[in-house]
Amino acid sequence: MSRKAPEPVQVIKQRRDAALSALVHGVPYINFLGIEFERRGDELTALLPFDDKLIGNPLLPALHGGVTAAFLEVTAIIGLSWAIIWEDMESGALDPLALTPETLPRLPKTIDFTVDYLRTGLPRDAYARARVNRSGRRYASVHVEAWQDNRARLYAQATGHFLMPPRNG
Amino acid sequence: MDEDKARIARQFIEMIPHSRALNMRVDEIGDGVAEISMPYDPRLIGDPQSGVIHGGAVSALLDTCGGAAVMSHKDAPAGTATIDLRIDYMRAAAPGQRITARAECYHVTRSVAFVRAIATDEDRENPVATAAGAFTVERGGKT
Repeated sequence: MSRKAPEPVQVIKQRRDAALSALVHGVPYINFLGIEFERRGDELTALLPFDDKLIGNPLLPALHGGVTAAFLEVTAIIGLSWAIIWEDMESGALDPLALTPETLPRLPKTIDFTVDYLRTGLPRDAYARARVNRSGRRYASVHVEAWQDNRARLYAQATGHFLMPPRNG
Repeated sequence: MDEDKARIARQFIEMIPHSRALNMRVDEIGDGVAEISMPYDPRLIGDPQSGVIHGGAVSALLDTCGGAAVMSHKDAPAGTATIDLRIDYMRAAAPGQRITARAECYHVTRSVAFVRAIATDEDRENPVATAAGAFTVERGGKT
């Protein structure tokens, strides 16, 4: 018996990128803030390109604290959703090419979210990564770190708890 | 004096680019209390299937409102920044309805202002979200 040949790289990339794009671009608020996600395997990095409408203190100027909170919350929700759909996507149970905003899996709901503002958000691009610390049947706990110039110098971090979407089937 | 302070705080909030982008309106401000609201906007939808506003937009409203409450407090100078903010989400805001946040700066020390806030939609009896936060107290000339 011979092993099944590995999938061609383009097939894998197209599937994963289509699923991620459907997940991210189906949410109007993510597009409003201009957040994009970069993918390396299953690892996601969120990007918040600087824009004047993200300013909260015009005198400094600095990013709005609410924008930072929203950026971290979006990163946490997409990171958690991505972890939830990963297996179904890889097994073929979910067809990413057929995903539309109407057929997307339900997103987790935020229960609470605590943001720790470590440094002033500078008027330039910001990046964030989420880590799912626990993901149970009903609840999940996610930590997010955000930085601007240096990965090791975080400008904000957050922890949130989420209600998992109901599993259909 | 306090009226002056409220006027300056209102002007400051209304010139913040992100507050303008979300069409925030200062409904009330003074003595450490602020009420700020924003209209329903399809650009802010977080759940395309239900049309519910994203939690992040509610966070932005609560953060702005918390900062405004600090700025209007008699013991706080004009400037402030968020140190930490915890938001609890009770329920989804009803699609199509205006969201209103009310924040109270209930204690100020030399360096820290403590705030609690609540957000509702048009059903003012059932909160959409509550928040608790600590904000900096910027003393002029010392930073």
